[in-house]
Order: sequence, then structure tokens, then C-alpha cells
Amino acid sequence: MATTTLTKAEDRTAVGHAARIAHVSKSFGGPEGRQLVLDDITLDVAPGEFVTLLGASGCGKSTLLNLVAGLDSPTAGSIETPGGRPALMFQEHALFPWLTAGKNVELALRLRGVPRSGRRAEAERLLGLVRLDGAYGKRVHELSGGMRQRVAMARALAQDSRLLLMDEPFAALDAITRDVLHDELTRIWRETGVSVLFVTHNVREAVRLAQRVVLLSSRPGRIAREWTVDIDQPRRIEDTAVAELSVEITEQLRGEIRRHGQH
Amino acid sequence: MGSTETVAKDTGQDLAGLEAGLDALDAVRVSRTPVREVLVRKVLPPVVAVVLVLAVWQILIWAQVTDDYKLPSPSQVWDEVTDAWVQGTLLGYIWTSVSRGLLGFLLALAIGTPLGLLVSRVRPVRAAIGPVLSGLQSLPSVAWVPPAVIWLGLDDRMMYAVILLGAVPSIANGLVAGVDQIPPLHLRAGRTLGATGLSGTWHIVLPAALPGYLAGLKQGWAFSWRSLMAAEIIASSPDLGVGLGQLLEQGRETSSMSMVFLAIILILTVGIAIDLLIFSPLERWVLRGRGLLVRN
Repeated sequence: MATTTLTKAEDRTAVGHAARIAHVSKSFGGPEGRQLVLDDITLDVAPGEFVTLLGASGCGKSTLLNLVAGLDSPTAGSIETPGGRPALMFQEHALFPWLTAGKNVELALRLRGVPRSGRRAEAERLLGLVRLDGAYGKRVHELSGGMRQRVAMARALAQDSRLLLMDEPFAALDAITRDVLHDELTRIWRETGVSVLFVTHNVREAVRLAQRVVLLSSRPGRIAREWTVDIDQPRRIEDTAVAELSVEITEQLRGEIRRHGQH
Repeated sequence: MGSTETVAKDTGQDLAGLEAGLDALDAVRVSRTPVREVLVRKVLPPVVAVVLVLAVWQILIWAQVTDDYKLPSPSQVWDEVTDAWVQGTLLGYIWTSVSRGLLGFLLALAIGTPLGLLVSRVRPVRAAIGPVLSGLQSLPSVAWVPPAVIWLGLDDRMMYAVILLGAVPSIANGLVAGVDQIPPLHLRAGRTLGATGLSGTWHIVLPAALPGYLAGLKQGWAFSWRSLMAAEIIASSPDLGVGLGQLLEQGRETSSMSMVFLAIILILTVGIAIDLLIFSPLERWVLRGRGLLVRN
């Protein structure tokens, strides 16, 4: 609750946000077949806040993340990320197979401008943070899916950005690993104080992780509703409180999806 | 609420233990093939094949299928080898050609690499010379020998020109193919890490394109070697020294079929040896590092 009040306070003063998305619209295609993907999205992420963006296919959640990451520019509206270029994690680990786990992390450090002498130790520290102490010299193909995502997380953290964008990072993992990585992400988020904008289509995952869940409608993507998740961390995905809120959000999500079948 | 408290208790140590267990269960095991297996599977079959070819050759000699000025026996060719060795000219022939070939190849590398990068990354350049570059690959490099002789005269410069015209398109095209096959995700990941422009080319594009580039280098070497042999056979002059191509031509002029055979075998051996000693290990090393070398 405290964080939400903070967001509202920051709204008035217009400083101290990790991301400010103001009236953003995005359309693709030529002048003939123009398709509106995102429509007037306004969303703030406070420093240290964990927000999940939830929506069915076609709600433009990945598009929005690309815009915030600066990989694409909005058709209208503005996006501010005062903490520098946000770090981005994908559904696929996106690690570079020609580098070892440690060197992947070091490349991020190098591109950030960390001098050579400090890189090795910092990479080891970040791998330690995701509990991969012995993995520095491992090749990407020698790691399991969960380990690869943790290296990707260490590489994202190496960018030392105040905002971490995550695009369904656990969707391709098995349920057991995903559950463990939820715990891991929560722990790292609390340890580092980084702000997280996490995209998913998994309602329980959204509720399990976030302080705030933002539901997007589809075609075009608009903010349909927002929930503040007032459940103590650490949570479990099978907690009753998580389940109850998930049911409520799922109902709303299904309502949004149903609208598309009516015409 | 009860469940939340137990969760709170076991997050610390337990999560670390759980994760270590999962990692141990999921980790991919990578093992190397023992040396004996490599010998039996990789070395034995080609040796057997060579022995078979020699056997068939000898049988043809015994059966006297043709006159011996057309088909020398293996032992006659072997005598040619030992003669050249005793006279100390054998290594000279090989070195004349190999040094030319490698130097020409390195030049082709220095020109083909930036050219390939330019074609793959700059759209108008690609539209302008991309098709020409792939078309050049199907032009036999021997076609360049007459113009090269006229333009540059009978010297080493003409040899290098022919090698370059044969090898540069292969190397450039290999790099273009390698760049085209980079997964878009790697480029996106690179951009989010801040690797753009030259830094993106150096840290992401070049290493990601390496497998295709190496395939291009391999082909580029084959083309260099072939072009050089064509040039050496056609253009002979005292200034050029005696390489393997000239040796072949000398054999033809003096009607020494065993010398012709010697030259052909040496050309083949050098081509295969360079590939086996340089390019194949390099390619295997790169692919193995990326987990792309699947063993069955």
C-alpha cells in the first residue's frame, strides 16, 4: 500500500519515478492498413516498485516494453526513464553463445563503461547474487534453462539500470523451475531495490510477484484496470490470498477477451 | 496467514538448497570422445579408402589396361617423389605454391572481410553489389588468367590478382550469409546492452556471424588454391619459379606421366592438408564452444 501512495504523491511532483509513460499510443503499418496497437497508455513505475502488466495475446504488452526499452519509438505520447537505459530480459535467455556465462555478464559491464580491472570481480559478484557461484566459466549450452535465465538476470543487473523490464522471462520454463525463480526474483528485487516492469499472461504469476497488477485490454491495448496487491512477501503461488485475487483478475480478463468475440 | 509464516522461514537457506538441487538435476553434461574412438571412427575410414584406391590402381597396372606412358604405376610415382626429395626440389615446389596461396588468401581475407561487412550492413551497397558478388562465385577463376596476364604481366602480381578475384567473393559472401543468419534476438539483446554502431559490430555482429564467416573462409581457401593452380598451369615464366602448377605443366611438356601424377597428388594433398590442419579444427572449435556440434 505504501508504495502506491508514494506513486500518487510522485504524480503531483513529477519527480522520482523509474518510468513515466504518458499518453502513449503506437500504431503499425502504412497509411492504408494502419493498426492501433496501444491506445493512450499512461503508467508510472515508482522507484523500487514491482509492477506486472497483464493481458491476453494482442494487448501490445511486449510492444509497450519495447517502447520503454527504447528499441522502438511511440507514435504519440512520451516515455521517460530517468535511471538511464532500462535493462531488458526476454522469454528466451538471449545469452550470447560465443561467450561463457561470466563473459556475458562482463560484456554488459564493459558496454556500461566499467574498467577492465573491476569487471571480473563484479561479474562474479552478480553471478553470486543469482546463486551461480561456480558458473563463471560455463558455456551457455552447458547450463539448464533455469540457470540460463539466472545468468540473463545477472547480465541485466550488470547494466546497473534502475529499471528492469521483463518480457515473460519465465514462460518457457517448467513449473518447478519457474516457482523457484519467482522466489529468486522476489529476493533479488528486495535486495537490490531495482524497479521492475514485468509482462506476463499468467495471472497467478502476476499476483505472486507484483505490488501492482495492471490489466491491459486487447486490440488496441488500453489500461483496463489496476489492482494493488496487498499481500505480504514472501508469497507462494498457492497462497489463498494469491488465489482469491487471481480469480477476481481472471474474471475481468475473461470479460475483456469475451468482448472480442461479440462482433 | 499460517502458510505465509512457514514460507518466510524457509526462504533463506532452503531456496539456495532447492536451487542447487535443480541445477544439479538439469545441468547438461558435456563429455569428450576418447582418443581411441576418434582414431577408429575418424582416422581409420579415410586410411582404408586411400589403401583401396592404391590397390585398384595397382590392379589396373597388373592387368595392363593401358600403355604405361598413360598410366604410371604407383611405384613409378613414388620414385618421382623420392627423386625430387633427394634433389631437394620437392619442398621447394610445394613451398613456392603454398606461400603464394596463403599470402594471397590472407590478402583476400583483408579485402573480403570489410567488403562482406559493408554489403551485409549497408542496404544500398547490398543492392548495388550483392548480386554481382554472388554471381562472381560461379565464374571460374581461370577466366581471369588471360586479362590478368595482359594487365599485370607474367609475375607474382598476376598470380595474386587471380587468387583475389577467386577468393574475395567467397569470403565476403560467407560473411554476408553469417550476418543474415544472426538471430534477431541477439541483435536486440545487444542493443539493450548498449552495443550499437561499431561497438555492436565488434561485440555482437562479428562473433555471431563467425560460423558462416568460417564456412566462407574455408571455401575462400579452396578457391584461392584452385585459382592459383589455374594461374600456374597457364602462365609459366622463369621469373615465376616452379610451383606445383608449373610442375604439372612440365610433366605434360616432357611427356612424364609420373611427374603429372606427382603434381596432381601434391596439389590435392596440400589442399586437403590446409583444410584439415587449419580450417576444420577452427570450425570445430567454434561450433563446439557454442554447443552446435551435435554428437550421436
